[in-house]
Amino acid sequence: MKYLDEFRDSVLVHKLLRKIRSTVTQPWHIMEVCGGQTHGLVRHGILDMLPEQIRMIHGPGCPVCVTPVALIDKAIDLSMRNNVILCSYGDMLRVPGSSISLQQARARGGDIRILYTPLEAVTIARNNPSKEVVFFAVGFETTAPANALSVLQAHKAGLRNYSVLSAHVLVPPAIEAIMSDPGTIVNGFLAAGHVCTVMGLSEYEPLVEQWKVPIVVTGFEPVDLLEGIWMVVSQLENGEYRLENQYRRVVSKNGNRVAIEWIRQVFEHRTREWRGIGEIPLSGLFLREKFKHYDALQKFGEPEIQAGKQEDCRSGDIMKGKIKPPDCPHFGNKCTPVFPLGAPMVSSEGACAAYYQYRQK
Amino acid sequence: MPFRDFDSITLGHGGGGKLTQTLLENGVFSLLNNDWLTGQDDAANLVLDGKYAFSTDTFVVSPVIFPGGTIGDLAVNGTVNDLAVSGAKPEYLSLSFILEEGLQGAEFWEILLSIRNACSETGVKVVTGDTKVVEKGKGDKIFINTTGIGKIHSSAKLGMKNIRPGDKILLSGPPARHGIAIMSKRQGLEFETTLTSDTRPLHLICMQLIEQFESGIRFMRDPTRGGVATVLHDIVRHTNLGIEIRENSLPLENEVAGACEMLGFDPLFVANEGLFVCVVSPEISDACLHTLQTWKHGAQAAVIGNVVNEHPGGVLMHSKIGGKRMLPQASGELLPRIC
Repeated sequence: MKYLDEFRDSVLVHKLLRKIRSTVTQPWHIMEVCGGQTHGLVRHGILDMLPEQIRMIHGPGCPVCVTPVALIDKAIDLSMRNNVILCSYGDMLRVPGSSISLQQARARGGDIRILYTPLEAVTIARNNPSKEVVFFAVGFETTAPANALSVLQAHKAGLRNYSVLSAHVLVPPAIEAIMSDPGTIVNGFLAAGHVCTVMGLSEYEPLVEQWKVPIVVTGFEPVDLLEGIWMVVSQLENGEYRLENQYRRVVSKNGNRVAIEWIRQVFEHRTREWRGIGEIPLSGLFLREKFKHYDALQKFGEPEIQAGKQEDCRSGDIMKGKIKPPDCPHFGNKCTPVFPLGAPMVSSEGACAAYYQYRQK
Repeated sequence: MPFRDFDSITLGHGGGGKLTQTLLENGVFSLLNNDWLTGQDDAANLVLDGKYAFSTDTFVVSPVIFPGGTIGDLAVNGTVNDLAVSGAKPEYLSLSFILEEGLQGAEFWEILLSIRNACSETGVKVVTGDTKVVEKGKGDKIFINTTGIGKIHSSAKLGMKNIRPGDKILLSGPPARHGIAIMSKRQGLEFETTLTSDTRPLHLICMQLIEQFESGIRFMRDPTRGGVATVLHDIVRHTNLGIEIRENSLPLENEVAGACEMLGFDPLFVANEGLFVCVVSPEISDACLHTLQTWKHGAQAAVIGNVVNEHPGGVLMHSKIGGKRMLPQASGELLPRIC
C-alpha cells in the first residue's frame, strides 16, 4: 500500500539497524512518548532487533490509560441515565472504572455509542432533541481539534442538548513532568508525530533547551521509528541536544494553524490528574467559560472522587519507565485484556496490551 | 409485489393465524417451493444413509442488507460452509426467523430472495422452519437461525487430531472483506468503499479438494467471527503444536489493508463469510495451492505458514521487516481505535 509499504521496507530497516549499531557505544534510555509508537515497536518485532545498549521506555502517551477513574465513573453514571446518549471512541469502552467499564454499563442498559468522530455525536444530538448527547472526549492534541469543532458546530447550530466530557491531555507538560522527576532515567525522546502534525514543533524547543535532552519528532512505521532512534542516538553519542523532525512528510514547523485555532477558541489549559501518575500542571484541556453550556461537568456536575481506593494496577510505574509491563506482578495472570486491572491492558495504545498481545509465550 | 397486503411486519404475522399463513404462503413457500414445505407437516421426513454432518448457526448481523449480500445469504452460506469444511455435501436446511415488529415488507422480501438464490446456488433444500415476531425494540429487524445436514464424503479424513508438525497452512483468498464491508455501513463509522462482502458457498471447492487429495487435507475451517487469527489459535490450542505465519505471504487487498489501517484493525481478526483455512500435508501443498488458485474465487489463495513443534499453543508471526511477534488472541468485540 502506497505511503505505508515504503516505511515497512525490510532493506531500509536493516540499513538503519546497521547505522544504529555502528553509532551506539554506550547504554541509552530512549522514551517513545506515544502509545502508537510502542505498538509499532512491539508489533513489528523491533525491540528485539535493537542493540542491547538501547533500552526503549514506553511513555505516558496513551490518552485512554491516563484518563482519571473519576471521569470514567462519571461517563458510566451519565450513560445509565434515561435521557442521556453517551458517545465515545471505541478505545474507552473496555477501560475499567472504579467498579465497571462502559462496556459493562452498556450491557446494563446504558445507551453508549461508539463513534469515529465527535461530529457524528453532534448529528445524533440534532436527531434526538429530547435526549442529552454527551461526547466523552479523550485524547491528546491529535483528537482535540475535532472535539473543539464539534462544540463550535453545536454552538453555531444552537444545539443545547450536546456537551463534551473533556479528558484531554497535552504532551509537552508530560515531558516536563518526566524530566523534572529527579529519578528520571530518560536520555532522549521520540516525540509523538501525530500530536506535532496538529501543534507543530515550537512547544518542544524550550524543553530541549531547559533539560538539554534530544527530542526527535517521529512517525509510527518501522522505518520512521528506527530513523528516529538513530537520530536520538547520534545526538547522544555526540553530546548534543536538538529538536529534530524525522516525520517531515507529515509534520510541518507551524503545525495545522486552523486546528490550533479551534482548540484555542474552545479549550483552555488547566491542571489535570493523570491516572497512575498524578496531577500535572496545565496539562489538561478544559472548556472555556464561553462554552460552559457544552461542558458536561458544568451541566451534570463534577465527578465524585472515591477516596482511599487503592488501585492494584501499576500503570504509573510503567508509564514513567520504572518497570516494564511483564515486571508487574499482575501482568498476564490477575490482569489480562479480558479482565483488566488497568487501562494500559485494554487500550489500543497501552504498553501492557502491546506486550500481552505480541510478546506472550 | 407478493406482500401487497402489508408493508411492514406486525405482531399478527407471528400469531399463527391468517396473517402468518399469508406471510408463509405468499412469501417463504412461494420462493422456496418444495414438497417438504408445501406438505406443511410438523416435521420433515428425510431418508438418510451413511455418515452425516449436522450444524447450526444463528445470524444477527446489522445492517441486514449490506454491500455484497444480505443476512439471508449469510444464513444459508454460513451453515452450508460449516458443513462443507467438515467434508460434507450440504443437503437439507431448517430456516427460522425472529422478526421484529415494524420490519419493512420490502426488506424482508429482499432477504427471502437472497435466501432462495443462495439455496439454488448450493442445491440445498429448506425442509422445515419457523417464524416468530417480537415487539418493536425487542429485536434488531430480523434474526435468522439455520441448521443443516449433509453427507460426509467417504474420502474425508478431517480433524484437528490429524494435524502434524510440518503441515502447511493455506488461505483460500484475501481476508477481512466481509467485516470491512459491514463496518463501512455502521453508524458512526461510515466510510466510502467499493468493497463487498465475500459471502459465498464453499462446498464445491471443499468437495473438490477432498476428492483430489483425500487424507492429505487434514483440516478445514471457515474463519468467520474472530477472523483467521481465531482459527489459527483454535488449532494450536487443540493440538498443542505451534504455528508460524509470514506477514509477507498474506494475500491482503489494498482497499482492505487501507481500511484496517484507518480503523486500527488487524485484518487477521476481521470476519469473513466466504473464506477458508486449510491445513494440508507438506507433500500435497503445492498441488493443493494450484487447485485453489484455479477455483474462480481462489486466484489469491496462498500458503501463509506452517505447523511447528516450537512454541506450543502459540502463533508466531514473522513481520515484513524480519521481526517476530506472537499473534494475539481476539479478546472480544472489535473496537476502532482513537487516533
